[in-house]
Amino acid sequence: MALSAQQIPRWFNSAKLRSLINAAQLTKCFTRPGRTLLHGFSAQPQISSDNCFLQWGFKTYKTSSLWNSSQSTSSSSQENNSTQSSLLPSMDEQSQKPQKIPSFDSELFLEELDELPPLSPMQPISEEEAIQIIADPPLPPASFTLRDYVDHSETLQKLVLLGVDLSKIEKHTEAANLLLRLDFEKDIKQMLLFLKDVGIEDNQLGAFLTKNHAIFSEDLENLKIRVAYLHSKNFSKADVAQMVRKAPFLLNFSVERLDNRLGFFQKELELSVKKTRDLVVRLPRLLTGSLEPVKENMKVYHLELGFKHNEIQHMITRIPKMLTANKRKLTETFDFVHNVMSIPHHIIVKFPQVFNTRLFKIKERHLFLTYLGRAQYDPAKPNYISLDKLVSIPDEIFCEEIAKASVQDFDKFLKTL
Amino acid sequence: MGSAGLSRLHGLFAVYKPPGLKWKHLRDTVELQLLKGLNAGKPPTPKQRVRFLLGPMEGSEETELTLTATSVPSLVNHPLVCGPAFTHLKIGMGHRLDTQASGVLVLGVGHGCRLLTDMYDAHLTKRILWGSTQAITKHFFNDRTLRRGCNDDNNYWRTCALTTTCLFPDHVTREKLDRILAMIQGSHQKALVMYSNLDLKTQEAYEMAVRGLIRPMNKSPMLITGIRCLHFAPPEFLLEVQCMHETQKELRKLVHEIGLELKTTAVCSQVRRTRDGFFTLDSALLRTQWDLRNIQDAIRAAAPQVAAELEKSLARRLDTKQLPSPGWSWESQGPSSTFGLERGAGH
Repeated sequence: MALSAQQIPRWFNSAKLRSLINAAQLTKCFTRPGRTLLHGFSAQPQISSDNCFLQWGFKTYKTSSLWNSSQSTSSSSQENNSTQSSLLPSMDEQSQKPQKIPSFDSELFLEELDELPPLSPMQPISEEEAIQIIADPPLPPASFTLRDYVDHSETLQKLVLLGVDLSKIEKHTEAANLLLRLDFEKDIKQMLLFLKDVGIEDNQLGAFLTKNHAIFSEDLENLKIRVAYLHSKNFSKADVAQMVRKAPFLLNFSVERLDNRLGFFQKELELSVKKTRDLVVRLPRLLTGSLEPVKENMKVYHLELGFKHNEIQHMITRIPKMLTANKRKLTETFDFVHNVMSIPHHIIVKFPQVFNTRLFKIKERHLFLTYLGRAQYDPAKPNYISLDKLVSIPDEIFCEEIAKASVQDFDKFLKTL
Repeated sequence: MGSAGLSRLHGLFAVYKPPGLKWKHLRDTVELQLLKGLNAGKPPTPKQRVRFLLGPMEGSEETELTLTATSVPSLVNHPLVCGPAFTHLKIGMGHRLDTQASGVLVLGVGHGCRLLTDMYDAHLTKRILWGSTQAITKHFFNDRTLRRGCNDDNNYWRTCALTTTCLFPDHVTREKLDRILAMIQGSHQKALVMYSNLDLKTQEAYEMAVRGLIRPMNKSPMLITGIRCLHFAPPEFLLEVQCMHETQKELRKLVHEIGLELKTTAVCSQVRRTRDGFFTLDSALLRTQWDLRNIQDAIRAAAPQVAAELEKSLARRLDTKQLPSPGWSWESQGPSSTFGLERGAGH
């Protein structure tokens, strides 16, 4: 029934429009484009309107783009991708249109067609009008890349200048849609000012937004509450800035979730409050990542590798990354270091960096030292080589000082492995 | 730098694959490093687009509108909008090495991938060195490498490594080993001739055999053209093998069979490829050298040799493929009809 109610006005419209075509209302239709152009934006040529109202279902977006072009603030909304809701913002602007035929429902898209009497291309128009016809190629209604819209959207241009990587964001369609719909002045600017308040520098904003594009859908009030919560837990402003920079998704977590995670780390690691704080500031990824690997790794250290609890605590405060390391790599590294290089637990605890290096590096260097006869890892004996010197220094210095050989010899040895 | 760098990236080069690295990971790492180098170049100059702006004409009293063409910078080419310029490179792998084996591995980039199959078809000889231990030692490290070394073979091998009952027997001497190796070489030589589909009674085939140029025509199992013992320090011995169409599995099986022939057991502890065609250990790139610059230099260094070898091998193939033509000068003494049959049988 609703359909029939709509259909009648449609026919009524078209009848009216036809009457408009036949009547000598040309001057009226000319003044309209002139008015829209005063806003400084281009309007689609009159010719396209011919198609619009004849196939109303398909090309309504085209008409919406036609009429929305006059509204500079909503310039971005016309470039929306496929969703039906993209047509909804255009409807709000319809009500502002002058000389709208008010008697019909706003759901009817045909209404705006009334304002534009169909114009035949053969009809002569004045020079001024001719100049004012701007026939740009239309924007694609749907696209898989933001490249098509970047030149026409101020928001996107400003984001690119900030340093946001649009090629990564366009892989997430909802985020891309959101960006196209947002207005720089109204929405994005506030978020950027808030982030600057938190302590992120200008040149870091781009990287942050690339990672966490979902922050635009968060409520500013909630974000402020979360930052206040962190401050209440005695994280200094610089700490919070560092955490947010390193783990961009931190502020998307609700207060209770953050609370739970901090509590988990305190309980699990049994460290003092200050040490837990330092740990989390150094590696804020712990708060945003999954907790299962952490639990598993704690068990691995304790049961499989045989470290005592205080040893694990010591190692973790030195190298927080150990908590999120891959279990297989951990066990392989430990197996080599403990069983092949015969290094006991208490020395490994002193140098937890071995768990952070690649296994092949440790293997190559150890085998080279064995070949040279310099593999001495016992601190009591002479010519002792400490583990951190083994793994942390670059190749040239390692060859010169520790192995007392040249880099070419090392390369030759590597080719015999 | 990007496109110029890419144009220099066509050809073959060799890397040294360390043990314990899967060949696929190696290929992916090399691709990533090359892409990093290519994308680090200068970004493209920003495009401009022409916009016609409406504005009052200068020098007129009335408000007459006119269009002026202006060129505004466009962000369409910006790297933050398009993404990195290079996202994918065609990198092909030559004769594969499995995880535990190490040695020279030939990779092809871009157009060079086409040459990889040619190289394989050209049947360029490859040499592999390995060390084997005669008896299974009880040391934890050796055990594990042995077990891992045998992991990709069937279970048969794993049991071999686990049996610690074999002790080093005294009856294994260098002479026995050499005799066995000579036997192996002989039998493989016969197999080589068989797979090459050549009739050795012809003059041309004989000349080729003398020069050592016989190659198998189609797919064939591993063919050993030369094998010798480099170092014999019981329980370990080191063999150098020159072979074709080999797989690591078959090589390890070979060691096991040598052990059986010697009335004991032997296990292969290391397989290392020292040469693949004309790519030797010297030209192979180590892990620290897997970046754009070094690979481009390596390709350029190897290019003339690659071209020469392929021409030679193609010429060889054309020689054998050429059917008896009237202008063919042939020194064979056989009657022409049988000669024609023989040549036909040669394919």
